[in-house]
Amino acid sequence: MEAIDIFSYFLLLLLLLSGVKVVTTSNVIHAAIFLVFTLATTAVLFILLSAEFVALVLILVYIGAVIVLFLFGVMITRAPLGPNAELDNDQNKLLAAVISFSIFGIFTYILLQTFDSTVVISEGTSTKLLGEILLSRFVFPFELVSFVLLGALIGGITLARKDNALMDEDQI
Amino acid sequence: MSIQPLLIAAAALFSIGIYGILVRRNAVMVLLSIELILNSVNINFVAFNAMLSDVFLNGQIFSIFIITIAAAEVGIGLAIVLMLFRNRETANINEFDLMKW
Repeated sequence: MEAIDIFSYFLLLLLLLSGVKVVTTSNVIHAAIFLVFTLATTAVLFILLSAEFVALVLILVYIGAVIVLFLFGVMITRAPLGPNAELDNDQNKLLAAVISFSIFGIFTYILLQTFDSTVVISEGTSTKLLGEILLSRFVFPFELVSFVLLGALIGGITLARKDNALMDEDQI
Repeated sequence: MSIQPLLIAAAALFSIGIYGILVRRNAVMVLLSIELILNSVNINFVAFNAMLSDVFLNGQIFSIFIITIAAAEVGIGLAIVLMLFRNRETANINEFDLMKW
């Protein structure tokens, strides 16, 4: 077993442990911090899999923007900071564990049946090549995604702003 | 390294996200669990891209698209949660039962 194998198994273990902490911790802010940890581990894994640009995009977009948005959401919705027992549906826990374990079991069975232990080749990919493919072969989805982002921008503003003409205090 | 541990770890992360969606009561925490699921799909795409050593880098480009769509989804989702919080004074998804039969 090479050193890189041991390192990547360690990374996968870290990924799963922090993922479990995201869904089990009783503190909202801790869950967001553990999500940062999960995403950072994923980024290191992507660098090991020779996807450097995707790793950087993950760090910039997720850790830089999405987590900050989540923290804003936590603060705005006045989710109680600090340990809080009201965060979970306790009567759902057993059923949820059964469902997620059976999904994991089915996936693992199918994956072990389908894929032999093919070795993942990790030779570096150039970001130049990625950009050229993105702007030639995938140029239509690329432009389409910009419209999706525009729609999300307009939709977010429309949903979140207080429209005084439509939402009069007396009518609600 | 081989492909199997990567795929199994991604499947485990997916199941953890499903558990989080089913168990959490706060709507923001449900959105966090959805991010875990999208992240596991990204791991699968990048791992398959490295396994097949694809010339057109389809897996990496798809994971970039997924990250973009996820950012848009979080923006819209948090706006909806904010709207619900403004109208119902709570972010507890058990109490959003207006459309329940």
